[in-house]
Amino acid sequence: MAEIRNYTMNFGPQHPAAHGVLRLVLELDGEVIQKADPLVGLLPRATEKLAESKPFNQSIGYMDRLDYVSMMCNEHAYVMAIEKLLGLEPPVRAQYIRVMFDEITRILNHLMWLGAHALDIGAMTVFLYCFREREDLMDCYEAVSGTRMHATYYRPGGVYRDLPDAMPQYQPSQWRSKKDVDRLNSRRSGGLLDFIADFTKRFQACVDQYETLLTDNRIWKQRTVNIGVVSPERAMQLGFSGPMLRGSGVEWDLRKKQPYEVYDRIDFDIPVGLNGDCYDRYLVRIAEMRQSNRIIEQCVAWLQANPGSVMIDDRKVRPPRREQMKGDMESLIHHFKLMTEGYCVPAGEVYAAVEAPKGELGVYLVSDGANKPYRLKVRAPGFPHLAALDEMVRGHMLADVVAVIGTQDIVFGEIDR
Amino acid sequence: MSSDPVNSAAVATPTRLEALAQALSLALPGKLTRAPNTAGELTFEATPEALLGVAQVLRDAPDLKFEMCMDVCGVDYLSHGRGEWTTESATSSGFSRGVARGAQRQGELPPGRRFAVIYHLLSISLNQRLRLRVYCADDEQPMVDSVTGIWAGANWFEREAFDLFGILFKGHPDLRRLLTDYGFIGHPFRKDFPLSGNVEVRYDPEKGRVVYQPVTIDPRVLVPKVIRHDNRYDPQLTNAPVHPSSAKTDG
Repeated sequence: MAEIRNYTMNFGPQHPAAHGVLRLVLELDGEVIQKADPLVGLLPRATEKLAESKPFNQSIGYMDRLDYVSMMCNEHAYVMAIEKLLGLEPPVRAQYIRVMFDEITRILNHLMWLGAHALDIGAMTVFLYCFREREDLMDCYEAVSGTRMHATYYRPGGVYRDLPDAMPQYQPSQWRSKKDVDRLNSRRSGGLLDFIADFTKRFQACVDQYETLLTDNRIWKQRTVNIGVVSPERAMQLGFSGPMLRGSGVEWDLRKKQPYEVYDRIDFDIPVGLNGDCYDRYLVRIAEMRQSNRIIEQCVAWLQANPGSVMIDDRKVRPPRREQMKGDMESLIHHFKLMTEGYCVPAGEVYAAVEAPKGELGVYLVSDGANKPYRLKVRAPGFPHLAALDEMVRGHMLADVVAVIGTQDIVFGEIDR
Repeated sequence: MSSDPVNSAAVATPTRLEALAQALSLALPGKLTRAPNTAGELTFEATPEALLGVAQVLRDAPDLKFEMCMDVCGVDYLSHGRGEWTTESATSSGFSRGVARGAQRQGELPPGRRFAVIYHLLSISLNQRLRLRVYCADDEQPMVDSVTGIWAGANWFEREAFDLFGILFKGHPDLRRLLTDYGFIGHPFRKDFPLSGNVEVRYDPEKGRVVYQPVTIDPRVLVPKVIRHDNRYDPQLTNAPVHPSSAKTDG
């Protein structure tokens, strides 16, 4: 009798469906997965160790680069941890701005996820549609922080600056005709809030478009229904969070259950799946985009009606304005101290968690009273998800591995840190 | 201390915290020591021997129900509380000023207090959180029991703590390195591991492959670690008006 052995195969690290740098060692029996061993650690930058060597504010930029498709949410958790230790509460306007940008970030993340996930399992068109809307949201990032991705916009005590009253305009050039420029600029005549308000009006129809392409699509359903099923008990046991947990039917969202900032003043729903398969998680994320849109609408309305300060007025934490620094001795001293040494955070330990697009992003911060964190631990939502990959793909076909990686919404910036 | 009303409303009201602390002391008498809580969070410490029993009760007791282990991480307390600059005195309203270079806290860390494993637990059914700290008894070979049998999600978190801190988890099904390079030596997140590492890689054109060599970067500190006693955060001073005897004079 012929000897039959399992076949071991390397998947990645350079594989377009590996979402970055995932190396999977798969043990196959024919085309059925017997065991999957994810080998991570191809993108570690030791963010946590680097943060230990820098004053608190200088690490905010590193947080953007953790989960590099949901930048501001990472900043949010880190900044919240510092604020908790310092006992600061940002002004309400800053809290609304943060909530608004958290939700913009959620849409950004889910669009990236949807496009990449659909592309992985064979639907090219969705990717192009998603990037169309991502471009507008990237412009919001740029208008407020000057960069399209790594914003460093949230600061302990508020946000870096108030929302701009004017959007940057496109200029005619040899590649862009006057007609094109006028079309592009037509939505940019007002301030950032008008631009976002206009976006929220359009976005529901955009989500409908994505759904037309996928939700009832026979191929999409064949690739996702009953793939990677996780029961609610198992999801909790494995430490899942975010859409991965909600897709299994556990109604758990930090924005509702442990509200931070002004989420308790905002009206929105938590979408929950039933079967815990890839298709339900897809539906949950689609519904989340619609909910995010609702939240943004409410924030825009509040922010338009309530101007005010976006940063606390505490000279020991917030650097003085440039004009003050030039003309006032005390401000100059504060500026010098904050820029060279930073502020000291009282000794203690704190865990601040936000509902990031991928799940619970927690920052555990230990301070010993110094101007740098003593220990910073980022609890990345994708980390336990990827750890459960083995369990989720066992018994599935090779092609389903791609669907499961996609549904987990893996980003290696946050897993390897 | 001005606490955040929004954040504290749902989970961290003092009464709820105390109720949880009460439930813990009833369910696990004598097994847990309470650490001072900061920012409305509960921290308890357990001994490595008691860990597995404690974890089992924390997960299963009806008024605790911590069915999720959100995070497991190591901490190296080697240089905790030691600044590279030290300040002694502070005015009653602001920062301390006198800075003596090179002065450090005297005294060594007591044995068995260097490495700790921190567990962040979450109860979804009761909406409460808890932090559990376990100090490893042996500084040379820190070891605690693995909780993967109780919370399967702890698997990779423990592998990470093993990789970065060298903490061994007894009973872990697959304790391999996770994040560091293939064949890496040392545990990079220990406080005595240099920030720039020990080896660097470069392409050697003669050998035609990538080689490892000792680092050529000089370690440097851009901003020294400074511990300042800011009286605004002094727990004795924040709640009570400043008493003349407790206000230190500026040097």
